[in-house]
Amino acid sequence: MPKKVRIPVGPQHPALKEPVSFSLELSGERILEATIRLGYNHRGIEKACEERSYIQDLYLLERICGICSHSHSTCFVQAVEEIAKLEVPKRGLYIRTLIAELERVHSHLLWLGVAGHEIGFDTLLMFTWNDREIVMDLLAETTGNRVNYGINSIGGVRRDITDEQIKKIMKAMDTLEERTKYYIKIATEETTIIQRLSGVGVLSHDDAVKLGAVGPTARASSVDRDVRRDDPYAAYGEIKFKVITDNHNDVYGRTIVRVLELMESYNIIRQLLQNIPAGPIAVKAPRKIPAGEALSRYEAPRGEDVHYVKSNGTENPERVKVRAPTLANIQAVAHMLKDRYLADMPIIIAAIDPCFSCTDRAITVKDLGQKSEGLMQWGDLRKYSIEWYKGKGIDFSNLKKI
Amino acid sequence: MSDIEKTKENLIQKFPALAEKTQITRETRIWTEIPFELFLPVFNYLLTDLHFNVLCAITGMDEVTQFSVIYHLAKENQLVVSLKVILASKEKPFINTITDTFPAADIYERELVDLLGIHVNGLKEGNRYPLPDNWPQGEYPLRKGWTADRLKKKEGGAPNA
Repeated sequence: MPKKVRIPVGPQHPALKEPVSFSLELSGERILEATIRLGYNHRGIEKACEERSYIQDLYLLERICGICSHSHSTCFVQAVEEIAKLEVPKRGLYIRTLIAELERVHSHLLWLGVAGHEIGFDTLLMFTWNDREIVMDLLAETTGNRVNYGINSIGGVRRDITDEQIKKIMKAMDTLEERTKYYIKIATEETTIIQRLSGVGVLSHDDAVKLGAVGPTARASSVDRDVRRDDPYAAYGEIKFKVITDNHNDVYGRTIVRVLELMESYNIIRQLLQNIPAGPIAVKAPRKIPAGEALSRYEAPRGEDVHYVKSNGTENPERVKVRAPTLANIQAVAHMLKDRYLADMPIIIAAIDPCFSCTDRAITVKDLGQKSEGLMQWGDLRKYSIEWYKGKGIDFSNLKKI
Repeated sequence: MSDIEKTKENLIQKFPALAEKTQITRETRIWTEIPFELFLPVFNYLLTDLHFNVLCAITGMDEVTQFSVIYHLAKENQLVVSLKVILASKEKPFINTITDTFPAADIYERELVDLLGIHVNGLKEGNRYPLPDNWPQGEYPLRKGWTADRLKKKEGGAPNA
């Protein structure tokens, strides 16, 4: 029976995109239990919102996330507009939805590249991130920024879209569709990908529902939920699209859902551009928002985003509450890691879409039979491994010390 | 009658005391407010009889004279009922955990503990969220009137305070 050890992964880690700490109890290479510590990125934004005006909050909330910035700003303005009873012009809603889908495309392409990287398929990373540049250029041209687009305002959007831009986006959709067909072919036919991802990070339908998973993570476990269809906002009520689900219940399923969702996004973008109505893009919003409250929901690339806003009749909100999709999904990760090999950890975690790979910075060795616990430094670890190999008949002790 | 109107009618029929405090703000949103004593029966009724079985979020609020907690629950991912619970005590606010029903509520409840100082009965021991481990005791940043200056006055303070 191998000795049980507990290893920390994070919060600071060479490959971490965001700080998060995992504490894994291992028996040999198998994960017995995983506990997660979040909060390293908590910046007190909800509190800060109470001390700032609605317009300032809009830009602050857009900076919660670099990837789904439009998700947070839209989710927030929707709540404020509902309280203030502002009717956003249709053209404004269509532009908001267009940016939302362009954001989903860049986020899913980014994810596909990261997933490829995590399983040692860096060619996929190079290909998808190269294609992602097409979307980033479109976002820069239509909004002025590659990330944190600043397109939303309370009552509509800040920039109109020109016919020339529409033509350019339509053309880009054709290119991206061709590229995505190739990625679908890779995901569904490439044996290495299928075998590496199948059966990894299993989350059954019942567990996904019970643990409150959202977005592609839930949809890959046959949970047929998508706020865009179920509780339509912006222009989604006027657009026809399929909600992609899959029944593989694993990382492979999550890959299939995301690549097929890309095709749906192209379909949505085309419909938006073909049917975008003429007219104004925004209405004037008051500085002071009347007292009231609203709950706004938004299907971000990673899943359902929820904002609650309470106003008190002044220029500043009384309370702003944000429930980002990763907070809902991270709880399913501990379940997915259980009884899996340590080597699967990076791709399991990446599959919900916070992306990072795995290299430990230090190991806490805990003999579960005893109470003692100690931090193993590099020198100790080196000594331990030399002794371990000696026991196997291999002597490294004469090698030059590093 | 629409689904949301039926929900309102059922809720008021079962709990007549909610009549004045329940309102529909749009076709997929219904809001209601209850005292803490009514939480369990109303929560269970929404869950089992009216099938609001998706937990969207939990919002905690300091309303100066009282604390409240709003449970945002969805039905078939479409209708959302926001169940606002007025806590019994302003001095020692507490709620009971709903993690037996919604394991995912764990992280939302820990947030109430850390940011507002609302005690959650029955919440299992575990990592705190979202404040750092060395955050001074008794400091709840989301309470009204709380400012970061308070940390400087405390010995040691919080990192970067």
